[in-house]
Amino acid sequence: MKGKSLTDALHDIQSGNKENYIPEKDTLTISEKSKVSLSKVYGFATFYSMFSVKPRGKHIIRVCKSLSCHMGKAEEVIEKLEEVLGVEIGETTEDGEFTLEESSCLGMCSVSPAMMIDKIPFGNLTVDQIPEIIKKVKSEGSQEKIYTEQILPAQGRVVLKSVGVINPESIDEYIASRGYLALKKAIENGPQWVINELKKSELRGRGGAGFPTGRKWEFTAKAPGPQKYLICNADEGEPGTFKDRVIMEGDPHSIIEGMIIAAFATGCNNGYIYIRGEYDLSIRRIEKAIGDARSHGFLGRNILGSGFPFDIEIHKGAGSYVVGEETTLMESIEGHRGEPRKKPPYPPTFGLLGKPTVINNVETLANVPPIITNGADWYRTIGVPESYGTKLFSLSGDVNWKGVIEAPFGTRLSYIVNELGGGVRNGKKLRGVIFGGVSGTLLTPDQFDIPVDFNSLVTIEAGPGSGSIIVMDETRSIVNIAKNIAYFFKYESCGKCTPCRIGTEQLMNIIDRILEGSGKESDLEVIERLGQDMRLTSFCPLGQTAPNIIVQSIQKFRSKWLEHMKYNSPQKLDRGIRCMLGCQKQGGGKRWQATCGRITIQLLRPGWPWRP
Amino acid sequence: MSDKLINVKIDGKDYQFPSGIKILDACKRVGIEIPTLCYLEGVSEEGSCGMCVVEVKGSKTLQRTCITEIAEGMEITTNSPIVYDARKMNLELALAHHPLDCMTCDADGDCELQDLAYQFGIKKSEFLDEKEAFEYLKETPWDSNPFIQFDPQKCILCRRCVNACENQAIVEAIGIALRGYKSTVSTPFNLPLEETDCQFCAACVQACPVGALVEKPRVGKGKIFQLEETDTVCAYCGTGCEVTLYRDKKNDLVMTRGIEDSIVNKGSLCVKGRYGYEYVNSKDRLTKPLIKENGKFRETTWEEALEYTVKRLKEIKEKYGPDAIGVLGSSRCTNEDNYIVQKFARAVIGTNNVDNCARLCHASTIAGLGKALGAAAATNPIEDIKNADVMFVIGSNMTETHPVISQFVKENQKKRGAKLIVCDPRKTDLAKVSDIYIQHYPGTDVALLNGIMKIIIDKGLVNKEFVEAHTEGYEDFVKVISKYNLNTVSKITGVDRVLIEKTAEWYAKAPNATIFYTMGITQHSVGTDNVLSIANLALVTGHIGSEGNGIDPLRGQANVQGACDMGALPDVYTGYQKVIDPVAREKFEKAWRVKLPEKPGLAVSEFGDAALSGELKAIFAMGENPLMTEPDINHVREGFEKLEFLAVQEIFLSETAELADVVFPAAAAYEKEGTFTNTERRVQLLRPAREKPVGTKFDWEIISHVATKLGYHMKYKNAAEIMDEIATLTPSYAGIHHYRLEKGGIQWPCPKDDHAGTKILHYDGTFKRPNGKALISPVEYIEAKELPDKEYPIILTTGRILFHYHSGNETRRVKVLDAFVPRNYVEINKEDAEKLNINHKDMVRVSTRRGSIELEARISEKPKKGVVFISFHFREASANVLTNAALDPIAKIPEYKVAACKIEKI
Repeated sequence: MKGKSLTDALHDIQSGNKENYIPEKDTLTISEKSKVSLSKVYGFATFYSMFSVKPRGKHIIRVCKSLSCHMGKAEEVIEKLEEVLGVEIGETTEDGEFTLEESSCLGMCSVSPAMMIDKIPFGNLTVDQIPEIIKKVKSEGSQEKIYTEQILPAQGRVVLKSVGVINPESIDEYIASRGYLALKKAIENGPQWVINELKKSELRGRGGAGFPTGRKWEFTAKAPGPQKYLICNADEGEPGTFKDRVIMEGDPHSIIEGMIIAAFATGCNNGYIYIRGEYDLSIRRIEKAIGDARSHGFLGRNILGSGFPFDIEIHKGAGSYVVGEETTLMESIEGHRGEPRKKPPYPPTFGLLGKPTVINNVETLANVPPIITNGADWYRTIGVPESYGTKLFSLSGDVNWKGVIEAPFGTRLSYIVNELGGGVRNGKKLRGVIFGGVSGTLLTPDQFDIPVDFNSLVTIEAGPGSGSIIVMDETRSIVNIAKNIAYFFKYESCGKCTPCRIGTEQLMNIIDRILEGSGKESDLEVIERLGQDMRLTSFCPLGQTAPNIIVQSIQKFRSKWLEHMKYNSPQKLDRGIRCMLGCQKQGGGKRWQATCGRITIQLLRPGWPWRP
Repeated sequence: MSDKLINVKIDGKDYQFPSGIKILDACKRVGIEIPTLCYLEGVSEEGSCGMCVVEVKGSKTLQRTCITEIAEGMEITTNSPIVYDARKMNLELALAHHPLDCMTCDADGDCELQDLAYQFGIKKSEFLDEKEAFEYLKETPWDSNPFIQFDPQKCILCRRCVNACENQAIVEAIGIALRGYKSTVSTPFNLPLEETDCQFCAACVQACPVGALVEKPRVGKGKIFQLEETDTVCAYCGTGCEVTLYRDKKNDLVMTRGIEDSIVNKGSLCVKGRYGYEYVNSKDRLTKPLIKENGKFRETTWEEALEYTVKRLKEIKEKYGPDAIGVLGSSRCTNEDNYIVQKFARAVIGTNNVDNCARLCHASTIAGLGKALGAAAATNPIEDIKNADVMFVIGSNMTETHPVISQFVKENQKKRGAKLIVCDPRKTDLAKVSDIYIQHYPGTDVALLNGIMKIIIDKGLVNKEFVEAHTEGYEDFVKVISKYNLNTVSKITGVDRVLIEKTAEWYAKAPNATIFYTMGITQHSVGTDNVLSIANLALVTGHIGSEGNGIDPLRGQANVQGACDMGALPDVYTGYQKVIDPVAREKFEKAWRVKLPEKPGLAVSEFGDAALSGELKAIFAMGENPLMTEPDINHVREGFEKLEFLAVQEIFLSETAELADVVFPAAAAYEKEGTFTNTERRVQLLRPAREKPVGTKFDWEIISHVATKLGYHMKYKNAAEIMDEIATLTPSYAGIHHYRLEKGGIQWPCPKDDHAGTKILHYDGTFKRPNGKALISPVEYIEAKELPDKEYPIILTTGRILFHYHSGNETRRVKVLDAFVPRNYVEINKEDAEKLNINHKDMVRVSTRRGSIELEARISEKPKKGVVFISFHFREASANVLTNAALDPIAKIPEYKVAACKIEKI
C-alpha cells in the first residue's frame, strides 16, 4: 500500500489537534490527497470509537465496561468519575480538560475495574482513588505506568517461555534465549520444509476457529501471483481476553519471528501487524522489536543473506471489536469502515487488496518459532491428539488468581480454575464460567470437568474461542451479565446487516425491559427466536455469536430470569428486593431514584439499578 | 463466468446453471421467487437485509442468495419453515423503527417494505418502537436543497442509496456514518447536500426501496397507483436516456424514473432528466396561434394563422424567389419533424436554406469526421466505454453537459482502473478526478494535439500497420507535424511538456483507447481543424474501429444527431446524401415528385447576416431560438428585425418567437410520438407521456398544413408513416421502423428490416470513404480570431451548466432548477479576481467589442488565470451578447469558446 494508511492519517490529525478531534478541514485535505471521497473519510472516522469528529477535552478518559470490569464494579467507578468531573459519559468538562468515554474492553481484565487516561492504563481502581488520579493528571498530565501482567511460573511453557524472563525491549536477550534460531533453520531448509513441519505439528489457529495453520499457509503459498500479504491479527478485543497483549508486551520478537517464518513459507513480502489502538505499550514494544529486527537483518530486503525480502508495518487500530474478524480487519487496513466481507472467497486466495493473504492470530504465530526450533515431533508431545501444543487462557472474574495461564490442551477446566486459578474468590460457590469470550459459551458447574481441547469442547457445543475464562460466583445476577453482554454487542455491531444491527439492539431492549420489571415470560421466547435468527442470518460471526451467552443463560438459568418477572408489579416490590424499574434523574445532583408505583428507592445511577 | 454447467439442487429438483452466477439469479431463472430488500442488481449487492436467505446443505448458517455464488452439488432449500421464519424475523427487525405512516407516504404503493410486510402478513412488528412509529423524532440535517428529501426515520439502512451514489452516479456524496444501531445515511459532517459533491441526479431516490428518499417536487402529487406511466426518451442532451414519465389525472407530469434495463443509461438520469419535465406542465405553454398586429400579438385560429402564413410565404417567394426564404429545423424535435421540415424547404419552398442548431454545436464534427472517416457520427456506443483502457477527453465538460455518460467514464476509471486524460481550459469536475489533466489555453487544441502526435511519431508509437492498411495522407501529415516540437507546443498551449509526453505515451500505448470530445473542440473558428486533428490522433495510433477504440463526439441535444441525419442541413438530404450529387437529387425529386434546387443553402449562422443584407426575407422556424443561441445576438436581432416575415413553431413564447409575425403552438417532445437519434446513433422511440395541450399541434402536422395550403399535398397519418418514408430514401435508416423500435433502439446504419443495427462504425478499419481508407490530413495551428489585448485582456469562454439547458426556455420553467440556479454568473479565477478587486458574488460588467452584460462574479478554481466562463442560459444576462460570430470557414460554426473581454466591478 502506498503512503500512510487512513487510520494513521486520522490518528495523526487527532493527536496533533488541541481539542483531540478530527476537524472537517483536515478531512478535506486527506480526501484530496488520498483521492478517497469525503463521505468515505467521514464514514471511516465516525466508525471507530477512538476517533471523534467533535471537539473533546485535553485528556480522554476511557472507562472499561467489559464484562470483567463490570463484575469489578466499573459502574461505581463511572459514577465517581461523573461526580468528580461533573459530566456524564460522552461529555467534556467545562474547563476542557477531560472527556469521559466508555470502552468496550481495554484488555485489562485481570486488574478490573480499569480505565485509560489518554494512553495510560489504570487498573484495580477503587472509588476513593478517582479524585486523586484526576487531580494528578490535571496538574502533571498523564504519566507512564506499566502493569506487569501476572503469569504463572515458567514450567512447561511454550509460548510464554520468555515472558517475564527476558527484557522485552532487548533483542539481544531474545537472541540469547535461542531467538531467531528458528528463522535461520527455516531459511536453511526452505519454504516447503517449513510448511511440512507446520502441517506435521498439526498447529491449529488460536484465533478461535482452529483451522490448521500449515494448510492455511499452503493455500497461500500455492495461490498464484507475485504479491501476497501476511497479516498478524493483534486486534484482541474479546472482553475478558488479554493473552495476546501479554505476548506482545512480554516477548514481541517471538511474534516478529513467527511472522517472518510465515512470510518465508508462503512467499509474502509485505506484512502487517494490526494492533488495537488501546494497546499502546504493545504498539511501542512491537515497533521497537521491528526496528531492532530490521537493524539485525531479520527484516529487510535480504533477510539473513537469503535474498528473501520481507518487512512489517504496524497498523494501529482505532477502536472497534468487529475488526478482529479477519475480512473486516483487511477492510480496515485498506481504509474502509470495519465491515465484514462475504466469504468465500477466503483470504488465502482473496485477501488484503484482493491479493492472497495469510492472516494468523498473535498466539498462533508465537507458536511457530518453538515448533521450528524444536521440531514438530517435540510439539506433538504437548497436548492431546488433534489439539497439540498449549493454549493461553485469560483468567478473570470471581477467581482468586487473575492473569494469563499457559496450559497444554487437554487440561481440565476445573484444574485451570481451581488449581491454577486458586478457585472461586471468597470461598463462594461457582455459578458458571463464560468461556472463550462473551461470544463463547456459558458453562455450568456440571460441565466443569471438561478437558479443554478442540474435540472435547465440541461435545458440549463449545470451542476454545479466545481462551478467556470469566468466572462467576453464585451471587452474580445472570440477567445483569446478559445485559452487559447485550450492551457490548449493540455497541460493537458494525451495523451493516439488519439481523445484527437491530437484533443486538432489540436484545438489549428486551433485557432492559425485563430488568425494569416490565418483562413477560414470553420475552424469553422472543430472545430465543431472535437469537436463532441472528445466529442463522447475521452476516458475520459477530452477529452470529452475539446471542450465544444470552440464549444459553435462559436455557441454563431460566429460573433466574423468571425471578425478574415475579416482581414486576409495584405491590410486590420492597426494599429487600432490588428495584428493576427505570430511573429518573432528580434535581441537579448526582442522586438517582427509581420510581416503582408508590415506592421510591435511591439507586446507584441510572441504568445500573443493581450492584452486580 | 465460464461455459461450464454446474449441477445444483433447488427445493429437491435438479438444475444446471452456468458457473459464476448467484443463487438469487439461479432461483430467478427457474421461477423461484426470493424476497429481497437491499439488493439492486449491478448497483447494490450488500447482503445486508437478510431477506433473501436460504438453506444450503452443509452450512451452519443460512446463506444470502444475492451474494453467494452457486457451487457444484449445492443443495438449496428456499421454502422451509426455518427460511420463512428467518425472513419474517428480519423483516420485523427492519420494521422496528419504520414509522407506520403509509397513509401519507409518497412511496405508498411503490414501497418494497410495504409489499413484503403484506406478503408476510406483518401488521405491526413485534419490535416496533411505538414512539418512533407515530412520532417524528429524527432530524434531517442535510435536507435544505430543493431536489431531494431525506427522512431518516423511514430509512431501513439497506444502503441502496449509498451504493447508487457510489456505483451508479460515481459521486459518493452520501455514505454510511457512525456504526451499529447509530449508523445512518449521511453526508460528510452532515453538510447540506448542496455543499457536497452531489449532482442531484437522484439515483439515490430511485434506488430507495421505501419512502426515505423522495424527489421533493413529487411530494403530494399522488401515489404511484394514481399515476399513469409511459416509457420514452429524455428530451435534454444527446445521451438519449430512456425514462419512464408519470402523469397525474390532471395530465401533469409529476415524476420520472430512469429505465433500469436500458442499454443506454442503465437506470441513471441527471438532474435535468430527473426534474426537468416540469416545463411541459407550465401555464406559459402556447395553446393558440398568435398573429402580430401593430407590434402586438393577438390570439387567433389555426385557420387564420395558416392562411396568413401561406399568403406571406407565397408573396415573398414570388417576389424574391425561393432562396429568400430560410427554414429552421430543430435538434429538439423528432426525426420525423425534421424530415418534414427539410422536405418542406426543398420540395415546397424550393430552397436548400435549411439548417438546424447542430450548426452551432457539431457542424465541425460533421465536416471533420465526414472528411476524415466518411461518417460524421460517434463511432462507438455508450456501453462500449467500459472497454477503453485510456479515455482521452478533450473539450468536454461532460459531468455537466452529458452527466450520464460521464458516470460511465468515471465508472470505467474507478472499477476497471482505466486511465482518464482530460484536456480542458477549465478545471472541470472530470478534470479533478482525472489521471492526467492538461489545462491548455482556449483555442490551442490543434497545437496540443499536434504536439502529442509529434511525440507519438518521435517515439515510434505510430501504428504503422494500421496507417498503411487503412489510411492515406500520412506523408503530408508528417511534414506538418515535424514543426510542432515540445517547446513550441508547450509555449502555445501553456502546458507542461511532461504532461504532453505522458499523454502521448499513455494514449498510444493503451491496448484500447477512446476519444471523447464536445463543444470545446467544435465551437471554434478552427473547429473543423480541431476535429481533423482528433481523427489524426486516432488514426495514427489505430485506436478506431473496434471495441474500446473510437472517437465519440458527444452530441448536445436530444436529437441533434437525428436532425442532421434527416437532412435539416443546407447541403445534404437524409443520411448525408449530398444535394450537389445529381444521383441523390434525382432520387429525391422522384420520391417527392418535384424539381429540387441544386445549390447548397445558407447555414443558420449566416441567416443573420443574410437577413441584414436583404438576401433573406423570411424565416420559417420549427422550434429553435437563435436570438438566444447565436453568437453576437444583438447583431442577429438586427438582421431578424429586418425580415419581412418570421413564422415560429414553439411551445413557449421564446426570444425568437417574440419577434415573429406568426407563432404556432406546438406539442412538446414528451407529448410526441416519433424518434430521436442519440449521440451513439441509436434511433429510439418517443411515446407521448401526456396529452398535448388543447390547441397545439405536432410540428410535422403544422408544416404539413402549411405545405398543403401552399399547394404541395402533404398528409401523414402519424409519425410512423413518416419514418417509413424516411426508410425508403435513406440507406442508413432503411431498416428502421417504429414497430421495430418498440422493442428497443437501433443504431444506424441499419440497411435492412432484419438488420440489428451497427454498434461500431468503421469496424476493422473499413471506412466509408470511396477507397475504404481514412484520410489523415495535415493541420496547422491557427490562432483564435479574437485574442486578448490591452483593452480586452481576458479570454471569455462560454458553455452549459448542469442545472440549465440552452436558451433556458425549459429549465427556467422548472421550479426546482430555477430556484437552485436562478441567475447567471461569471466564473473567474482567484488571481484575476484579486487583481480586479472583485469579491465572490460581486456584481460585475463583462464587455466585449460586441456588447456587455451585468452579472454576478463567482470565484472559482475552474478557469485558468486569464480566462473566464459564462453560461448562455439566461436571457437577463445573455452570454451571446458577448460572443464572437467569427465562423469556421468550412463548418460555419461560430467561435463561442474564445472571445476577448474585459471585466469591471459595478
